[in-house]
Amino acid sequence: MNLLTLTIVLPLLGVLGLVAVPRENTKAIKLLALASSVVTLISSLLMLTKYKFGVQGFQLVSSHSWFKVFNINYAVGIDGLALVLILLTTVLVPIVVVGGWNEAENGRWSVKTFYMLILILETFMVGVFAATDVFLFYVIFEAMLVPVYFLIGGYGRGERAAAALKFLLYSLFGGLLMLAAVIGLFVLSIKAGHGSFDVTALSHLKISHNTQNWLFLGFFIAFAIKAPLFPFHTWLPGAAKSATPGTSILVLGVLDKVGTYGMIRFCIALFPDAAKTFAPYIIVLSLISIIYGAFLAIGQKDLNSLIAFTSISHFGFIVLGIFAMTSQGLTGATLYMVNHGFSTAALFLVGGWMIERRKSTQVEDFGGLQRITPVMAWSFFIAGMSALALPGLSSFVSEFLVLVGTFTRYPLAAVIGTTGIVLAALYILILVQRTLHGPLQAGNEDTPDLNWREKFALAPVIVALVLLGFYPKPAIHVIDSATSQIMAAAQVTDPTPLAGK
Amino acid sequence: MLTTPNLDYNLLAPILIVLGGALIGVFVEGFIGRAYRARIQIIIALLTTATAFCWVISIHNLISQSAAVDSVSIDGGGLFMQGAILAMAFVALLFFTQNDHFAPQASALPGSQEEAAAVLAGVQMTEIYPLVLFAISGMLLFPVAHDLITLFVALEVLSIPLYIITGLARRRRLLSQEAALKYFLLGAYSSAFFLFGGALVYGFSGSLSLATIRTAAATPGANHIFLLLGIVLMSVGLLFKVGAVPFHSWTPDVYQGAPTAVTGFMAACTKVAAFGAMFRIFIVGFAAVQNDWRPVFVAISIVTMAGGAIAAISQRDVKRTLAYSSITHAGFLLAGVIALSQAGLTSMMFYLVAYGFATIGAFGIVTLVRDSTGEVNDLNRWAGLAKKSPGVATAFALFLLSFGGIPLTAGFIAKFSIFTAAYASGNIAIVVVGVLSSAIALFFYLRVILIMFFKEPTDDTVTVVVPSFLVTTGITICFVITLVLGVYPNLLFNLATTMTTLVP
Repeated sequence: MNLLTLTIVLPLLGVLGLVAVPRENTKAIKLLALASSVVTLISSLLMLTKYKFGVQGFQLVSSHSWFKVFNINYAVGIDGLALVLILLTTVLVPIVVVGGWNEAENGRWSVKTFYMLILILETFMVGVFAATDVFLFYVIFEAMLVPVYFLIGGYGRGERAAAALKFLLYSLFGGLLMLAAVIGLFVLSIKAGHGSFDVTALSHLKISHNTQNWLFLGFFIAFAIKAPLFPFHTWLPGAAKSATPGTSILVLGVLDKVGTYGMIRFCIALFPDAAKTFAPYIIVLSLISIIYGAFLAIGQKDLNSLIAFTSISHFGFIVLGIFAMTSQGLTGATLYMVNHGFSTAALFLVGGWMIERRKSTQVEDFGGLQRITPVMAWSFFIAGMSALALPGLSSFVSEFLVLVGTFTRYPLAAVIGTTGIVLAALYILILVQRTLHGPLQAGNEDTPDLNWREKFALAPVIVALVLLGFYPKPAIHVIDSATSQIMAAAQVTDPTPLAGK
Repeated sequence: MLTTPNLDYNLLAPILIVLGGALIGVFVEGFIGRAYRARIQIIIALLTTATAFCWVISIHNLISQSAAVDSVSIDGGGLFMQGAILAMAFVALLFFTQNDHFAPQASALPGSQEEAAAVLAGVQMTEIYPLVLFAISGMLLFPVAHDLITLFVALEVLSIPLYIITGLARRRRLLSQEAALKYFLLGAYSSAFFLFGGALVYGFSGSLSLATIRTAAATPGANHIFLLLGIVLMSVGLLFKVGAVPFHSWTPDVYQGAPTAVTGFMAACTKVAAFGAMFRIFIVGFAAVQNDWRPVFVAISIVTMAGGAIAAISQRDVKRTLAYSSITHAGFLLAGVIALSQAGLTSMMFYLVAYGFATIGAFGIVTLVRDSTGEVNDLNRWAGLAKKSPGVATAFALFLLSFGGIPLTAGFIAKFSIFTAAYASGNIAIVVVGVLSSAIALFFYLRVILIMFFKEPTDDTVTVVVPSFLVTTGITICFVITLVLGVYPNLLFNLATTMTTLVP
């Protein structure tokens, strides 16, 4: 079996294994879920070793006819872009399993169902990045919402059912617009002679300017809802507030990346002309996201919503980098996706443990944790520093690349975007000050520090943040091999340097 | 001298078998004691539909224009519809077997002493089975009828038994009888419209046969006014049967009032028959003047999709919700007719099967959720159903997801293919409105799922009865078909593509 297909299927095998375990035996269930996610991780690391640089197009491809009449195939393959995001997924899932070891206990349904949903979701998440058939991508894009819906609605807290419904309706609405565009694209390919959903074949299609604009919008709005970009972001805070930390990590860390991934893979690669037409408007939206998200984050009293709003700001940076359409911008944005995945994971993990201990999500209920729980406090501090893109931590590299890439084409946008960094310092430092420093708040006296399981879950994330901060070259190397191809295919070139003029 | 008509019994056998089964059923009513009747009737009904289905399979690649003197055309398209109707009817009949759906005595006034006596005596209407078989035979004839008279006869044969069965619900008798009366009156009007339209078309073309009508319509320079008037009036009759806006107002009442098992049967099988007939009439008879009627149909399709979806949002009754959802689906199916292409027909066939089985399954589940007075149709009382009966709730959720067109269910493939056909035929407006109304429709499908899965049960009186073996089988069949056709649509779609022949 193709290694990529194997990576997609492995979590499903774990699900089958879970079916056989009785639901009372929660420990075995958790261990089995962990084991199958670790095996998936190993399988995806093997993919990395097989990945060849400098090869045109997709690698590790595999294609089987699925739905013949419409020439729909189970077609998967990876390039640098897909590879890093798949690795992000497979790394985060075991961390979520270990980090949220007890979070399924208080759910509406059994622990078993929780881990089955998580593993099904992992299959979809790997599959969505691997799909090279637009129809397959669409199917997974929509189908992956269902497990998330049940994860939020069944295991979250507070207004979980409403949050789950809002999340699902927003995403499905975007998805349906995209369906119209997918159908349009397919019909165009029939009229061009050969009906196909293959993303490479479709990128060679000659589409009139007007049609391109409409199809672009169909895809873009779906991805903007997913990403989430202002003004389509309103589902996110509710979902993040209600979901368990593990679910939040997967939603914000991976699921939302499908939006920004789709912008690169489909919006830019399939409709380059339309992308150029709309780029200025989208850049305005992304700047609004950066600043608006940051301001709202400053004002949040709920820890989870605060992290969610910082993400809106960060997604603004990612979209900014993508639609600057320069090689630094695109590479930076992709790297940002990975880094944001890790830094949100760190924030939600530690934040989740803090909430679990304090039984409150309000920032004001914390305070003085630095003295009581030094390890937890330092972890939270590092996670926060990575969110504000402190040099030396990974986010800095990507934020820098995005801003440099934007500056070469849209200097003013880059300048405005830079204020986002200042605001980031504000919301993170205020948060750190309120939760970790200052006088000890009543009710926090007996807070235990991180235990071994928690340290074990967090360590890889911190290592990744630091490693990618000091030595991002391998990751950039992998990403760049893909982004340069996408730039070339979309016939975009970097603007000539202004120096020397 | 009178010559006897030449009938091809082999090709007509499916219809005749069902008619025969119905007649046997009538005899059983007359001669068999009450104690055994129900059991014998159900066996006859199931055997009849199964035999007819097998017969359809054995003749599935035959084509004939003269199976019954030019009145019936046997071809791929017609046989597919017949097969679909029989398969769905078989599954729907499985839900009839819980023997407390139907009124003990239809003639007794609701609340009267006769009725109470009949309930006490444990009487159960079993005429329902022959009536259903008669309706099926009409449905089988409708999509293969090739002239206006046969079309009308088939329409009546399928409709009249349905009017009666609608009034036979065991509980909430008044509601049921009111629904039957509404259905009958409106149905009679729409039949009259259909007949009048047929007369005008006959006046225009001088022939009842669809083939001759086509030639007449294609003649350049002809005065089309009577043809167009005829098409309008015939469309009223057909659109009434499929429940398209603005001829839909009977649907919620009838779906709510009819015995639930019958509603599933009616919703699924009538749609197949009516859409099969509609496609044939319009592509064989009226394709030449498509520029005149197509815009109207586009408009009707759009208001049907949007209207059904919007009206469903505020519903609190599960049967009414499903009724409005079926109106929305009629709008989607019209997109297949409007496409007027082979792709349109194929996707419509697939859509009908996907929608039909999900509908039968969904209504089948509605029959299981009860309290002491009978079925509970108030959605708010379904709260927490997943906790009481996870299997039933999961199956219902799958059917709803399929209605909503979520990927990996049959409904998604159906929607995708029918939108593709509509887009390819240049009707992009339908696709855009279609996806938007799907989004609206999703809201209430998801709300039902939310109520079942995420709400705490508030009402302990609601229980899910343990389904009998046959009912479990029925739900399982619907569940598996909905899932398998979503994951591996080739199974049916390839068959549908080979069965799109329509004799001219």
